[in-house]
Amino acid sequence: MRMTEPVLSIQGICKRFGALQVSDSVTLDVQPGEIHALIGPNGAGKSTLIQQIAGGLQPDAGRVFLCGRDVTRLNTAARSRLGLARTFQVSALAMEDTVLQNAVLGALGATGHPFQMFGSAMGRSALRSKAEEALRRVGLSDHAHTQTAELSHGQRRQLEIAVALTLDPKVFIMDEPMAGLGTQGSQTMTAFLNTLRSEAPILMVEHDMEAVFALADRISVLVYGQLLATGTVAQIRNNPSVQQAYLGTDT
Amino acid sequence: MSRESIVNVVLMLGMLAVPLWAYSADEPFIITLTTRAAILAIAGVGLNMALGQGGLVSLGHAMFFGLGGYSMGILASHAQTYTPLMTWPVVIEGTSSMPVIWLLALLMSGIAALITGALSLRTSGVYFIMITLAFGQMFYYFAVSWPAYGGDDGLSIYVRNQFPGLNTLDPIQFFAIVYGVLLLALTLAGIIARSPFGLALNAARQSPARVEAVGISPYRLRLAVYVLSGMVTGLAGALFADLNRFVSPSMFSWQTSGEIMVFVILGGVARLCGPVAGAAVFIALEHFLGGLSEYWHVYLGALLLVIVLFARGGLVGLVAGQRHAHD
Ligand SMILES: Nc1ncnc2c1ncn2[C@@H]1O[C@H](COP(=O)(O)OP(=O)(O)OP(=O)(O)O)[C@@H](O)[C@H]1O
Ligand SMILES: [Mg+2]
Repeated sequence: MRMTEPVLSIQGICKRFGALQVSDSVTLDVQPGEIHALIGPNGAGKSTLIQQIAGGLQPDAGRVFLCGRDVTRLNTAARSRLGLARTFQVSALAMEDTVLQNAVLGALGATGHPFQMFGSAMGRSALRSKAEEALRRVGLSDHAHTQTAELSHGQRRQLEIAVALTLDPKVFIMDEPMAGLGTQGSQTMTAFLNTLRSEAPILMVEHDMEAVFALADRISVLVYGQLLATGTVAQIRNNPSVQQAYLGTDT
Repeated sequence: MSRESIVNVVLMLGMLAVPLWAYSADEPFIITLTTRAAILAIAGVGLNMALGQGGLVSLGHAMFFGLGGYSMGILASHAQTYTPLMTWPVVIEGTSSMPVIWLLALLMSGIAALITGALSLRTSGVYFIMITLAFGQMFYYFAVSWPAYGGDDGLSIYVRNQFPGLNTLDPIQFFAIVYGVLLLALTLAGIIARSPFGLALNAARQSPARVEAVGISPYRLRLAVYVLSGMVTGLAGALFADLNRFVSPSMFSWQTSGEIMVFVILGGVARLCGPVAGAAVFIALEHFLGGLSEYWHVYLGALLLVIVLFARGGLVGLVAGQRHAHD
């Protein structure tokens, strides 16, 4: 067990949609420098859990702590300002705007002063250089002036991450960053996320097991809203109940 | 210069050329007609900030238009009867000074927008449309049943209010004032659209979740633009009252809200000079078709339908072409 204070920790999160217990007393944490993968079958409640961590959905019970601070009652925007950067499973971007404009939006949010009504947003060199740097890091520099709607699905994933980078976050929350990237893209992204962990730890929902095994320091398995197990790659691979519930067929 | 900028310049020059021609041809009625179009354009520029940039479909902008109108009506009526507006706790006199009237119009519509916006922006979609409509109707019925300022009959002002250094009763000079205000309103809308605030606001229209995820509250962005939008439309209301030297509850009616929205949609939602084109075409149709048939609204409706179905960018979009993302 590590003794450092977790960057993110959730304790006893419960959420019910009618008869469906979508989060059932989920407790997990994200330590500095780690990539923590959250896996589980479709409909297990992973995205719903991410929503509760990010602030889009209030849990029925339980608490969310960010750097030791209870943020359970804070909304999404407030949590983001405290250092939580999330990417969406279904891209949420300003589709009519250019790629660069989306990244500048992130840089603007990071300043904490979005209500600047004078001067041109795209002419702010501080915002712009931060945005361009983030695009460069995810490999979207060539598409900076492309309209976001014209990006491929995979490029939108990259842009989601670039926007998250502009926030200088304390922790990244990523919902399926590899989805739709293809083998080549998936490998590039894996290599990139590997370098990112030194900047801030990552809680990552992912179905691509190759990526998960390559990246994760720890893996948590969620099934029907319940945490089945948390452990290292080796522990999870060899856990019989995990094999039965989730990995059974493909290992 | 982009194609849309050229269209904008042509539009604004055209709006200047018509009254100048009318002046030399001694056609004061045409000058007044153009002044009317310019004032309605200001109202539309106001709505377009909320509708085009914020995606806020407000059917209650008559509320601000009417408040601007009554700001003028109330101050000027006290000035013409030499009775103070109130004597306690401080004495407030009426005034016939346009700049003072404008300040009150901006203040009243700003406060009204802040209060009604704070409540209605908690809803979205069709609920937002209905709640803004309801707020507008509240003001309408209030004005109808307020006998002190004319109630249902409205309020006549006998002399046009004054602007330092100009003779406001001269149609061309009054037009110059209105045109100046229109330019200011367009400048404000343009500055805001390009600003960091405008970037965030436009993103909040497209994807509120994205804006929240970068730490910005869409609600506050919308409230800010709603207040600015209401103030611009309120100022237009004060000018409209001065043009007619008359205010009545109809300025608050939902038909007025609808007409302001028609200017915006006709001219092009989110296009800077869309409302200018929309108001000009509206006034032209009213003038030319209104003389031929009292059912000219049918033609307007048909035109609107064609625009909505086949030209999403409105008239400006039709001429200037599709907008491309740029930065
Ligand atoms: N707002 C909601 N109301 C009712 N049920 C919901 C709601 N949101 C999600 N659900 C249900 O909760 C369950 C968990 O959904 P969730 O999206 O969290 O799954 P997931 O683990 O992310 O799945 P996937 O791997 O397919 O992304 C699903 O059965 C879903 O239909
Ligand atoms: Mg999911």
